[in-house]
Amino acid sequence: MPAPILSLHDVHKSYGRGATRFDALKGVSFDVLEGESLAIVGKSGSGKSTLMHLMALLDQPTSGTIALSGTDAASLHGRTLNTTRNKTFGFVFQQFFLTSGASVLENVILPLKIAGVGRSERRRRGLEVLARLELDDKARNRASDLSGGQKQRAVIARALVNDPRVIFADEPTGNLDTATGAVVEDILFTLNREQGITLIIVTHDEELAARCDRAIHVRDGLIIDAEAVAA
Amino acid sequence: MRTIDVIGSAVSNTFRSKTRTLLTILAIFIGAFTLTITTGLGTGINRYIDDTVASVGASNGMTVSKNAPDAPTGDGPRAYDPNASTTRQGPTLTAVELMDDSDVTALRAIDGVTSVTPIDAITLDWVRHGDGTQYQAAIGGFFSGSALQLAAGAQPSDTSSELQVAIPANYVDSLGFDDAASAVGQTITLGLTDGAHQAQQVDATVIGVANPSLGGAGTTLVANTALSANLHDLQSTGLPAAQQGQFRQASIRFADSGNAQDVTALKTRLTDAGYTGQTVADQLGTFKTVIDAIVVVLNAFAIIALLAASFGIVNTLFMSVQERTREIGLMKAMGMGSGKVFGLFSLEATFIGFLGSAIGAAIGIGVGSLVGNALGKVLSNLPGLHLIAFDPLSVLGIVLLVMAIAFLAGTLPALRAARQDPIESLRYE
Repeated sequence: MPAPILSLHDVHKSYGRGATRFDALKGVSFDVLEGESLAIVGKSGSGKSTLMHLMALLDQPTSGTIALSGTDAASLHGRTLNTTRNKTFGFVFQQFFLTSGASVLENVILPLKIAGVGRSERRRRGLEVLARLELDDKARNRASDLSGGQKQRAVIARALVNDPRVIFADEPTGNLDTATGAVVEDILFTLNREQGITLIIVTHDEELAARCDRAIHVRDGLIIDAEAVAA
Repeated sequence: MRTIDVIGSAVSNTFRSKTRTLLTILAIFIGAFTLTITTGLGTGINRYIDDTVASVGASNGMTVSKNAPDAPTGDGPRAYDPNASTTRQGPTLTAVELMDDSDVTALRAIDGVTSVTPIDAITLDWVRHGDGTQYQAAIGGFFSGSALQLAAGAQPSDTSSELQVAIPANYVDSLGFDDAASAVGQTITLGLTDGAHQAQQVDATVIGVANPSLGGAGTTLVANTALSANLHDLQSTGLPAAQQGQFRQASIRFADSGNAQDVTALKTRLTDAGYTGQTVADQLGTFKTVIDAIVVVLNAFAIIALLAASFGIVNTLFMSVQERTREIGLMKAMGMGSGKVFGLFSLEATFIGFLGSAIGAAIGIGVGSLVGNALGKVLSNLPGLHLIAFDPLSVLGIVLLVMAIAFLAGTLPALRAARQDPIESLRYE
């Protein structure tokens, strides 16, 4: 059995204090195994987005521990934390978050630029990943000129360019029609299967969750029927 | 992120919202343009004054006169002193103690003084070329190390035994020369009266033609050392023995350390010894102070314009940070440090400042040179005056100053960007 890439133990997260205190997570524990696909399912306000932010080390839990490959995330700070995030994670968001005026290639190589990779190397790897997603002919186009499906493919290319171990996808098909959404889903699951990239999908879409190896249902800050594979 | 990439991204971000950036650059341009012109004005006028100072006397030279032994007490008249020479300036009588060889020895002994030369006041009656008309003229000595502003010819030689004289440009026509160049090398005759009231005359070669300038230089004839000595000897001929070898002023040279405090210290030592020393800078100092004050006031207006423009930078960048909130969040989520985010935005501000100031300085130099030349024609009775001149160092200083102001203006928006929480930024719609 492979070692857990992410391990959460009794994670609590609260916002505010006193009367306005809001407990988003009330004690969540589970492991994410290297190479699996995991769906985090829940309604809006259930705490699933908070959970994703904590797992992506964008935020610290109020109490409890999160371990990345056995290392306590609380021990990572500043530059180390930034480097770890840059090298380990890729992000796919519902709203794309592409810089509209810049070219598709510029958008895709942003993680490499942040990592401090040289110009020619960035270009090579950027074009390579765009070719894998059949977007190489759009490399020079402005990001705003792409269709919805193409934009989401560009976002996946950006998430992939740094060879991450984990891809976080927040409602990856939320802004796409059914046919385009299905294509994007196929791409994500192919990456998971063929390259062993751990896939963590945050969604309220039960059908999408059903395609994952495993689904975790979150409600009111707690996991219900954990480990159960959705019908 | 590599520094080069931070700079590259900042530069390309600058042009993302072109109209807004252009307007901000325009505001800075106006400030930088004004600052360039006003500084150029100061540089031009002060450079002209410096040139003039060189024509009046060397920077390591000082004119020394002897203080009268007793200052007048109360309102009453001063007691008669047979050794004093009295000058009337308007209603004021000034007494200057005459000096002789003993004073030269005393001055030489003062610490810091390297040489002492008596200034022989020579009273010329007339000057003439060939058999032409005789014209009134005044003559002065030439100090090596100083420089006349020449229209033609060369500086009078300190070491030559030839009797040389430089003439003012406005004597060229009167003396019957075609132009300044043709006067050079010609012989003119100088007439004076000696101590026995006999008319005397000396022939001298015209070595150069001097343009008039501030401080009275270029309005009198200038004799070289050999001619000065010759004229002085003639003038002293027939004087009673007691009056020979006397002079009103001496010129001293001192070791020039370039330090104003040393000059002040030397003046104090001269005062203690009973003399008064005045450098050329002292004589033109007031004038320079006034020019400097005017330039400071003009520069202050330019700086105010720049400060107003810097608020434009703050505004532009706040809007930019606002617009790019999600982009900042994304970059931070992808592992970009807060320091780099700060650098990205403050460099963008600095680059806007650089563009505005570089364009402002370039156009300022262009316009300033055109206006300077045009004004130079209007002010043609001060040849050699370039009203607006540019010193590469001060222009560079302006560009750097504006960039520094822009950087400071950019810190506020950049701090806001750097402090943004990636999660909040990503939720931002």
